[in-house]
Amino acid sequence: MASFPILTWMLLLPLIGALVILGIPRERVGTIRWVALGTSLGVLALGLGLLSGFDLSQPGPQFVHHWDWAPSIGAAYRVGVDGISLWLVLLTALIFPLALMASWSIEERVKEYMTLMLLLETGVLGVFLALDLLLFYVFWEFTLVPMTLLIGIWGGPRRIYAAIKFFLYTMAGSVFMLVAIVALWLLSRPLTGTGTFDPVWMAAHLSPLLSPAAQRWLFLAFGLAFAIKVPMWPFHSWLPDAHVEAPTAGSVILAALLLKMGAYGFLRFNFSLFPVAARDLAVPLALLAVVAILYGALASYAQDDFKRLVAFSSVSHMGFVMLGLSALNPLGVQAALLQMINHGLSTGGLFLLVGMLYERTHTRDFRELGGLWKVLPVYGGILMVVGLSSMGLPGLNGFVGEFLILLGAFGSAALGPAARGLTAAAALGVVLAAIYILTMLMRVLHGPLQDRWRGLPDLHVRELAIMAPLLVLIILIGLYPLPFFAAMQTSIQQSLSVFTQATLAVR
Amino acid sequence: MLWWPLLPTLILTAGALGLLLVEAFRRPGSASGMAWGALGITALTLGAVGALVGHQEIEGLYRMVRWDPPAFWLSLTILIGTGLAILLSRHYLADQGMERGEYYVFLLLAAAGMLLMAVAADLLIVFLALEWLSFPLYVLAGFARPRLESEEAALKYFLLGAFASAFLVFGIALIFAGTGLTNLSDLAAWLKHPDPGAQPLVWMGGALLLVALGFKVAAVPFHLWTPDVYEGAPTPVTGFMAAATKTAAVAALIRVFLVGLGPAVALWSGPVALMAAGTMLVGNGVALMQSNFKRLMAYSSIAHAGYLLMGLLGDPALAVPGLMFYLLAYTLATMGAFAVAVGMVGPEGEDQSFRAYTGVARRAPGIGTAMALFMLSLIGVPPTAGFFAKLLLFAAAWQAGWIALVMVGILTTVISAYFYLRVVVAMWMGPGEPARLPKSDLWVRLSVALTGVGTLLLGVLWLMFGGLSL
Repeated sequence: MASFPILTWMLLLPLIGALVILGIPRERVGTIRWVALGTSLGVLALGLGLLSGFDLSQPGPQFVHHWDWAPSIGAAYRVGVDGISLWLVLLTALIFPLALMASWSIEERVKEYMTLMLLLETGVLGVFLALDLLLFYVFWEFTLVPMTLLIGIWGGPRRIYAAIKFFLYTMAGSVFMLVAIVALWLLSRPLTGTGTFDPVWMAAHLSPLLSPAAQRWLFLAFGLAFAIKVPMWPFHSWLPDAHVEAPTAGSVILAALLLKMGAYGFLRFNFSLFPVAARDLAVPLALLAVVAILYGALASYAQDDFKRLVAFSSVSHMGFVMLGLSALNPLGVQAALLQMINHGLSTGGLFLLVGMLYERTHTRDFRELGGLWKVLPVYGGILMVVGLSSMGLPGLNGFVGEFLILLGAFGSAALGPAARGLTAAAALGVVLAAIYILTMLMRVLHGPLQDRWRGLPDLHVRELAIMAPLLVLIILIGLYPLPFFAAMQTSIQQSLSVFTQATLAVR
Repeated sequence: MLWWPLLPTLILTAGALGLLLVEAFRRPGSASGMAWGALGITALTLGAVGALVGHQEIEGLYRMVRWDPPAFWLSLTILIGTGLAILLSRHYLADQGMERGEYYVFLLLAAAGMLLMAVAADLLIVFLALEWLSFPLYVLAGFARPRLESEEAALKYFLLGAFASAFLVFGIALIFAGTGLTNLSDLAAWLKHPDPGAQPLVWMGGALLLVALGFKVAAVPFHLWTPDVYEGAPTPVTGFMAAATKTAAVAALIRVFLVGLGPAVALWSGPVALMAAGTMLVGNGVALMQSNFKRLMAYSSIAHAGYLLMGLLGDPALAVPGLMFYLLAYTLATMGAFAVAVGMVGPEGEDQSFRAYTGVARRAPGIGTAMALFMLSLIGVPPTAGFFAKLLLFAAAWQAGWIALVMVGILTTVISAYFYLRVVVAMWMGPGEPARLPKSDLWVRLSVALTGVGTLLLGVLWLMFGGLSL
């Protein structure tokens, strides 16, 4: 297995697919679509191979592929997967084929669209697989370009505004991370000669040498980039615009994957590189997370636009994820990681459902919808399940994640005396989620039906095929989450043990 | 006495003069033969530069010129810019009704002056090279005569350029009066054990040099000529000025300030830092308000002068390779962008407002993709060459302790994303069908393709094959 660089192939395959698409004449729309879908299914197959060969007991990165591509500055191409990134990689591999299937209705400039989607897939996978700071940054910024173009070309009426806002917001955060990466590299140069971008080496040899103030500045520089991406309150204002204007597949990828990049960044880099600062800043981080939970939920309730409602619910859900992470204990972090997957499944699913509805009605305004369960029984059923999963109904996946996050935060030593208050406030978010989700279900599915919606066709086979894997996973994780935790356990325990040692040394 | 460092300059000059002879005797008509000739001479010079690549250091002409690794990189960048400018000019000149063979002669002569600047090791050579490269440029800026903007550009450029040259000469004279030296290495040695009585003369001389070179590199507050000249000059010439002239001016800055006045860095670093910050802020800030592509690129050129000045202050171990690579990356992206702009010019005239670019990528996705790449590289988005270049300059400045300057740099980078994206937005997201399409001109298409591939791959390749150790 070591001789076959499976992760590199996962990264290369979409690029190859994009090149193939560039060679297909643009009139042959069908061929282009199938090549794109086939490519992403190929990535999914590689991802499943990854899962079957994954060693649960090993905490460190597996399937590592290493190549010192720029020896003069000590930068390496180094990819690997561990318990932290495994599920996110698989989520990426799963979401892209679904998003591409949902893009069948794109008729305009299909060639460019599919090319950009495949480039985006490489970028997102790269973010989760990179084990070198420079490589990570390259992929991180690289995802920005195709996503901006997807929003700006195929988006809604205010697409250009939303696209530029998305680009500038993300860029404004990322440049600070870049400076922090540069600073770390410069600090590593006297120690290694050429310098290095290896975060594992830095965590072991460089972080202990940093003063608490330096750690805090670097934590904030990385944190700003990640906080904008998550997005944490008050950096969220790009999100509703981007989500609402993006084409369906764009919203799905944005919600299911791109937001996860931020939370993943916190877990992978901020906590391991700057443990002292993480400990010091856990309470403010958790506070912002709780604000996001409540604010997102309230804002969500106030929306009349279906897509905007789901967008704001993302802010609330990602608040839960950040709360779990800032608990800094195995329970909270594991639950947060699971909640990232859950959010990808349920919010991704909701965006897909919004898109399917919009294709039929050409409106997302609740005031024009209502009573649709009568004409779209299958759609209604699926929306109910996915909505309840997003709400956190016991038996579905959302409950497992949110409940354990609250449990983790409640017992968190890092949050200290603030833990109980923050947890209580966050628990209020669960109640608010019930309000806005149930209101949403009511306003779409129940109530009086407008005459013009009579005779709307229910979901067809392609749409059912898109939703089926999501539904299966939503129910599976809800009923039997153990294997999902099992894969991440050892890696998270290891990353947090590094953290506690460093903190103890300071105490 | 060794002539080797002058070899590229001499070849290019001889070629240009030969071409001038040909022009005098050739039958009137298409000047495509002249373009081919100019390309051939550029290639030959490139070969000469390549032949010198292995040599670490050659001094020549009574120590007035010196060949070293920076000279190689600067010469390479200048010649790439020149070759691309020739490719762009071929059909542009014909479409604009100014197809005259001496155009290529002036282009090559200016490039020869720039190559001389790349090897300068003496203040007199710096002055000679500066004049040498400027005079042909004055003519080229006004080449679109009788178009008024072009004549205005030439006159403005000439008057202000002559003014700047006066500063340069006076600065050199003051330094000579104080030290009796014009050789830059000797000057550096003198500065290590200076004669206190003569020092003020040297400082004043240095300040005047900074003004003169600040003018050439288009740094704030000496940048005011740039937008008008860039807008008025024929578009391929604008590209050539933005890329190759910038490279030569930075070469002069490196030679004069890093080599000659290097030991006195504590004295000039403050003013240069102020200039760098001002240039980044003004260049990027004013660029936000432009709606004409050529003016946008003029402010972009000013803005990048700011980043280059910041590099001048950086830790030399990182900054010198960083500057070399930055210039190369900047030349590729800028010449590429101008190649797209030239491609938009047909026989019906030239319109460089953003409106003219609206929706072009819908019909010409290849050109649209290339333009997006150039803009991303000028912003500094990975994996383009511009990203790695900016990374190195930021690292160099941070290492030397210029943290506030780095902050200005990254904030202005974010600002720059907005106006560079506007071009991408116009081409890709603009509503409706395009008003005009890029013409199918093989010479321009070739330039776009070469610069596009270079912009995409060069950063990675450069670091893979040596990077800092080159």
